Amino acid sequence: MSAGVVVIVGCAAALVGIGAGYWLPPHGRRPARGRLTEGRRILLPFTGEEISRRSFEAAVRLAKAENATIMPAFLAQVPMSLPLETALPVQCARGMPLLEAIEQRASSQGVPVDSRVGRGRSARDALRKLLDEEHFDRIIVSADEDPRVGLSYEDLRWMLDRVPAEILILRPAPEDTRRISTETVKGHF
Amino acid sequence: MAAPADSRRGRLKVFIGMAAGVGKTYRMLLEGRAEQEAGHDVVIGLLETHGRAETARVAESLAMVPRRRVRYRDTVVEEMDLPTILRRAPELCLIDELAHANVPGTEHGKRWEDIEAVLGAGIDVLSTLNVQHLESLNDHITELSGVRVRETIPDAILGRADEVVLIDLTPEALLDRLRAGKVYPPERIDAALNNFFKIENLSALREVALRQVAEEVGARRLTTELVGSREESLAADAPQAVGERLLALVELYPGAQRLVRRAWRSAQRLGAGLDLLLVRAPGKRLSDDEQRALAALRQLASVLGARLIEEESDDVTSAIVEVASRRGTTYILLGGARPARGLARLRTPLPQRLMQRLPGVDVRIVADRSRRANGTNGTNGKAGSNGEAV
Repeated sequence: MSAGVVVIVGCAAALVGIGAGYWLPPHGRRPARGRLTEGRRILLPFTGEEISRRSFEAAVRLAKAENATIMPAFLAQVPMSLPLETALPVQCARGMPLLEAIEQRASSQGVPVDSRVGRGRSARDALRKLLDEEHFDRIIVSADEDPRVGLSYEDLRWMLDRVPAEILILRPAPEDTRRISTETVKGHF
Repeated sequence: MAAPADSRRGRLKVFIGMAAGVGKTYRMLLEGRAEQEAGHDVVIGLLETHGRAETARVAESLAMVPRRRVRYRDTVVEEMDLPTILRRAPELCLIDELAHANVPGTEHGKRWEDIEAVLGAGIDVLSTLNVQHLESLNDHITELSGVRVRETIPDAILGRADEVVLIDLTPEALLDRLRAGKVYPPERIDAALNNFFKIENLSALREVALRQVAEEVGARRLTTELVGSREESLAADAPQAVGERLLALVELYPGAQRLVRRAWRSAQRLGAGLDLLLVRAPGKRLSDDEQRALAALRQLASVLGARLIEEESDDVTSAIVEVASRRGTTYILLGGARPARGLARLRTPLPQRLMQRLPGVDVRIVADRSRRANGTNGTNGKAGSNGEAV
């Protein structure tokens, strides 16, 4: 009798084990895909082919400390002569590799990334549209961006005045020669 | 086996350039004149001299089919006289401006369709084209130049040409020609210099033209090697070689953007169109995160010039197969699959299902490069823009 019970319990345990094996994904955990950090979002806008490495590192540090998501955003500018919905392949050829480089670096450090592309008549206009559509808790910008092509000092002042988020402006520093550029993207991208 | 003489299709030779004024029409006329001197029957079907004296002089020795007058609304417009050309049936016909759009009331809406008819009648054709008129380059050149070109031709027309000749000129030389009044009359020179004819525009357009012709040559060489005879390759495969179309399968999660970017880069390299396909369960309500991801995908697709197709279906494979067939897809790109759970493990994986149901379509699984081994995780000493390893 007791031997029968042992056999039954053994069979039941084996069935449960097989069932669990089929049901659970490999390594017994849910896949990381689709899992975004609930909560804080850090926007890292840029306009050119490179960003200051200090901005990126600041974003990664804060994201790790706050369990936040980094949201690098490429701000594309549409000439006045063209409709706002125009495709911008030439600018994208500069911006997409940098988005890729930022995403690769941040992901390799375990920080979740969710990229964006903003489009407007100017970098500020593109940023304003992005901010109208989504909420960001922090925005990190570097004051060393070339104001002729990126965000000008006027734009930074506008952000401080108008944007309902914490703005972190990194003042220029000697180590700003260290950049993250499209050249650092891995693979054939 | 040789085709009967009366069913022979004419040969098309296209002179392509970065902009007006590089000398495409002039070169076309010179070749036409050389053919005439060699004893062939050559006529000009349509010539646009734009008031250039040099061009008009070269054309003097060639017979020309007069234009016909077509009434459109309250004006009379001069167009190429296709019926007269077909009746005249020369051996070689020179037809300028391949991308021209005809006024309503003529046989075809576009001049390239007229040229197809001429070729179909066994008449060889020489024609001219500016690179910005190619459909696939339209967005690219619109952004470069700030001018949207309305008259475009499908890339396949150029793919079907028997010869494509690039007429190249440095931007500086073209600007010199423009200033000397050799491109436009004096009253148009300032406007041209202030708008389209800027050195940065011309340099970019020249690069596009050079690349386009290089890709054309590459595609032809490839098809010739694959198929054998030149005629067979041009007839069967050349349109395919320039007609790649990519389909990227996207889902509503942040990593999907990486897949889209990778697909876009591949499409750029192949000179191919890009479609993005999102398949959702019918009636499924999107979460806030998913709505944000969808908005971001739409924006990305729009900026890149890709088309986002949204389908509702319980059968993802069938939805993909249907869209791929409808859109003429030649490549499918998808991200790495989630680990299967439960009975889903017993199913054939999606890439295999697609390969079974879409023979002849390449299926590519896009890796997540951020998960590569540490040796390649971005600290590998590649130089940044300032020469410092980052």
